[in-house]
Amino acid sequence: MSFSKIKFDKKIVLSFWIILIALIIAAPTLLPVFRLNLLGRYLSLSIVALGVDLIWGYTGLLSLGQGIFFALGGYCAAMYLQITSSSEFPNNIPEFFALYGVEKLPFFWEPFRSPVFTFFAIWIIPALVAGLIGFLVFRNRIKGVYFSILTQASLLVFFNFFNGQQKLINGTNGLKTDVTQLFGQMVGSESMQRLFFWVTAVLVIASWFFAKWVVKGRFGNILIGIRDDEPRVRFTGYNPVIFKTIIFSIAGGLAGISGALYTVQSGIVSPQFMTVPFSIEMVIWVAVGGRGTLLGAILGAVFINYAKSLVSEALPASWMFIQGGLFILVVTALPEGVLGWIQGDGPRNLLQRLGLKRRIETYPSLEVNNKEGNDE
Amino acid sequence: MMNNKDLLNLIDITVSFEGFLALNKLNLNLKKGELRAVIGPNGAGKTTFLDVITGKVKPTKGEVIFKGKSLVGRKEHKIARLGVGRKFQSPRIFENLTVKENLEISVTTPKSPLNLINKSIKDEQLNEIERLLKIVNLAQKVDSKAGSLSHGQKQWLEIAMLVGQKPDLMLVDEPVAGLTDEETDLTADLLKSLSGENTVVVIDHDMEFIRRLDSNVSVLNQGTVLCEGTMETIQKDKKVIDVYLGRPED
Repeated sequence: MSFSKIKFDKKIVLSFWIILIALIIAAPTLLPVFRLNLLGRYLSLSIVALGVDLIWGYTGLLSLGQGIFFALGGYCAAMYLQITSSSEFPNNIPEFFALYGVEKLPFFWEPFRSPVFTFFAIWIIPALVAGLIGFLVFRNRIKGVYFSILTQASLLVFFNFFNGQQKLINGTNGLKTDVTQLFGQMVGSESMQRLFFWVTAVLVIASWFFAKWVVKGRFGNILIGIRDDEPRVRFTGYNPVIFKTIIFSIAGGLAGISGALYTVQSGIVSPQFMTVPFSIEMVIWVAVGGRGTLLGAILGAVFINYAKSLVSEALPASWMFIQGGLFILVVTALPEGVLGWIQGDGPRNLLQRLGLKRRIETYPSLEVNNKEGNDE
Repeated sequence: MMNNKDLLNLIDITVSFEGFLALNKLNLNLKKGELRAVIGPNGAGKTTFLDVITGKVKPTKGEVIFKGKSLVGRKEHKIARLGVGRKFQSPRIFENLTVKENLEISVTTPKSPLNLINKSIKDEQLNEIERLLKIVNLAQKVDSKAGSLSHGQKQWLEIAMLVGQKPDLMLVDEPVAGLTDEETDLTADLLKSLSGENTVVVIDHDMEFIRRLDSNVSVLNQGTVLCEGTMETIQKDKKVIDVYLGRPED
């Protein structure tokens, strides 16, 4: 299977950017706030998908546990919003604590009073947790299916732990953010949601540039080398453990940002972010969009989720079948995903098969050589 | 047996895979700048012998001394950084990267993530890549995907990657498998030209190729060194004839 990085025509890239930026600017006026909010949520999911593409598409690490880091980012954001909006509640602590008779704020909530701390915690805490899990796993040379199973098992551990901690983080009910205050406004209000949409759009583009910077050049080539032949990388003198830990940590950080943006736009963070199907869906977005393309991850996340909400509105209960079918179709017919297929001469091959376009001459270079020969 | 001029000493190396002795008290010494051919029938332990030196397999017993340091228990990438380079039996190159990107991976130093992500490649390393491309005749393929190269070109790319690593010791496993006669001759000349400055160990069972290398030969059989010497000596050795070359029919 080849993961081609064939360059798009420059004009196509430029027009794509113009259309994209125009759409982002136009979206808040064109879309009703409900749809805008959905789009914002799905855009924020595309950031976690970018991370999945970095670790899976480029480095070959199929993680089924990205929900951990996604949820951690969400909890960091929600804790800040809850603690800073709790002045009217008993003991000046978030309302839910009263339900469980907690009077003193648990110690780990304290630093979240600071917006600066929260700003960094949203991405650094998930990145550190990912780096730690990753380092332990990679150092022991656990890879392939065993890595996937291990990440899924970690996900379940985190899920069960968060689910059971009523007195610390409101357990299974999660932390609500839509009735909290930020900059003197209700987080769930229309103007705030518009703002979050802008922030998300900017961060998606920034994350995309960041991911492109990471994979370009020799660092990205080592990641591809690790994916294709890890022992060979080792015998060339590189330590794959460090490279894998770094990229897994980066993916964790991106997941945290994604989770925080998703939380403020959906109004709640709960252990539901750490369910097994949700983390698998993240992988599906990337598989459908195109592994190792970055842009494919963004498009996959946005389009599949938008399709999900449209289909679910029209035909409730049918979405799971459509999603399953989509995944099977991509795995069997377009193993490189939709964008990988487009970039890898897929459309031309299809047209040729349908007889709508002439096949390429088998040896065009031979003719050129002959002409040159005649001229001499 | 050991002296200061030796680059590598293998002392009583035994490797046991669940009771099966892949290597059995193997002793081998290499001088600096030497070109050494290692031959032996299938299953003689030739590849395991390379695995032990490069750290892929830990010997059950015995010591590997390289430049005065023990290699036993060191990680593969540390051994590579100490100056041991390896070319694999079937060409192992990064097929989804271009020829140039493959060579960049090999010539880059230091091999730390920070160096790779922060800085662009040094000019002297780019010059080295150009030099290597000329040696192995791949200058026109510099931006092609390595996966699109012919088998012979892949073999050469991997040899170029090995040279680019600037190892003190080059371990070359069957470099001419699947090459044409002409390519085989060129490869033999290339390896000969590398020795002297580098120490090269070539594993193969193509006798014509080994003869062309014109080097000392070690014959492995059942995990141990059966005999060492020039091609003429080993061809006359009775033990070698019995196990490997075969007795001419009367």
